[in-house]
Amino acid sequence: MSTDNVVEIQNLSFAYPTGRKVLSNIDLAIPRGKVIGIMGQSGCGKTTLLRMIGGALKPSEGDVRVFGKSLRGMSQRQIYALRRRMSMLFQFGALFTDMSSFENVAFQMREHTTLDEALIRDLALMKLHAVGLRGAEHLMPSELSGGMARRVALARAIALDPELMMYDEPFAGLDPISLGVIGQLIRKLNDALGATSIIVTHDIQESLKIVDYIYFVADGRVIAEGSAEQVKASLEPYVHQFVWGEADGPVPFHYPARDYVADLLGRPGA
Amino acid sequence: MMNPVPMLRRLGASTINALWRLGFATRFLIATVRHTPAAFRRLPLTVREIYFAGVLSLTIILVSGLFVGMVLGLQGYDTLARFGSSEALGVLVALSLVRELGPVVAALLFASRAGSAITAEIGLMKATEQLDAMEMMAVDPIARVIAPRFWGGVLAMPLLGMLFTATGIIGGFLIGVVMIGVDSGQFWSQMQSAVDLRQDVLNGVFKSFVFGIAVTWIAVFEGFEAPPTAEGVSGATTRTVVTSALVILALDFVLTSFMFMR
Repeated sequence: MSTDNVVEIQNLSFAYPTGRKVLSNIDLAIPRGKVIGIMGQSGCGKTTLLRMIGGALKPSEGDVRVFGKSLRGMSQRQIYALRRRMSMLFQFGALFTDMSSFENVAFQMREHTTLDEALIRDLALMKLHAVGLRGAEHLMPSELSGGMARRVALARAIALDPELMMYDEPFAGLDPISLGVIGQLIRKLNDALGATSIIVTHDIQESLKIVDYIYFVADGRVIAEGSAEQVKASLEPYVHQFVWGEADGPVPFHYPARDYVADLLGRPGA
Repeated sequence: MMNPVPMLRRLGASTINALWRLGFATRFLIATVRHTPAAFRRLPLTVREIYFAGVLSLTIILVSGLFVGMVLGLQGYDTLARFGSSEALGVLVALSLVRELGPVVAALLFASRAGSAITAEIGLMKATEQLDAMEMMAVDPIARVIAPRFWGGVLAMPLLGMLFTATGIIGGFLIGVVMIGVDSGQFWSQMQSAVDLRQDVLNGVFKSFVFGIAVTWIAVFEGFEAPPTAEGVSGATTRTVVTSALVILALDFVLTSFMFMR
């Protein structure tokens, strides 16, 4: 593995126990210090890929190497040790609903460190300040808007200064202002912490502003890759349809169905 | 003639599924018990769960206990008076509550109030990815979420059973002595001489403890295994109450047959 790559995925395939194949023969590398986008339509296997990098799912074939270590055959204890160097922002924040914003951010510090409470308080407030929500420290998740909840979750995710940040649909369901704020925070925090970020998203316009490199996933395979400019200029039919939001193309508008006329005339199968 | 093969196949599949689930639940219980030190290292969390499972169940337990005791007083007096032994009312009320009704009814109420709440809370935590988030932070949800709730329920249940029994006896006293006029001295003295601490009281507390383990185990397992949807959480909550009720009654029969059959 190249020492410049935080994550390397080789020949990875994944199928659920039911036999449904989600990913097949994926090869990709995540270089240190970069913000990498993994894009594709809903259900194409992006989140599954992220969960495999985090060790939550095991590949059916192939290998995932994180920080130079193969996840294959790792014990739960070893995976937990690895996870302390990474962090993940979940699609809707996944804040602990019985804790305030401050307690959510302080959670990992209390669980994984022996820092005294005064220091934890200062550190947690610094993280909340970084996402602009120091004043919301006492609010419960139910009192936060969608955008604020995502920012608190981001503050929680960077609580222990992870080397690898993973974002699962960070822009889903946000208004344009919150969307821009989250996008800028992802880029700024990545550069300020010297971390590496992986963003799984289908929000093409916002993510193209902040990513260094993009992998396109469709039907469980990487079908295209490149910089934001290369992706915008791509003539690959799927990428073109995705980037420009066309209703019809390789991804058809219509779900497979019987013949239209025959269906309307009440002669199914005719 | 009906082909029995599909029916046998379905029966076999559901038997295998039930056994698989029982085995998985047992492994889950072992993992939870293995994390007992983690639960007690996080003592404030476990105390909080005792509060949620125990203190917040007090109203329903005390009110129900009082009414059950009052009904026992009425029914017991009516029956005993026919045989001219109404002074034995204290014994009847106390033994019924200490041996059976206290542990069993308190456990059924505990399953409906605290058990369903535990399942719903854990199920919703799963549905909103809070458990996944914890896993990704290298914090084991069984140590942080399940074990404190399990021990909170297990420790609260015997206390609730005893409180149910105590208020039930007060209910029986109010009806038998205060309202009907049974002699107060006979009510208490006969109860004192007939109720044995080890044979009756401690066995009743032991029953409550066993029911506490069963109900809380079912509640945390159903929550942890709930499909992460609204329908899944609702189904898991219903299963907690129904399975707990059946298990409590079955366990009660088994425990009673060992404890009180001479």
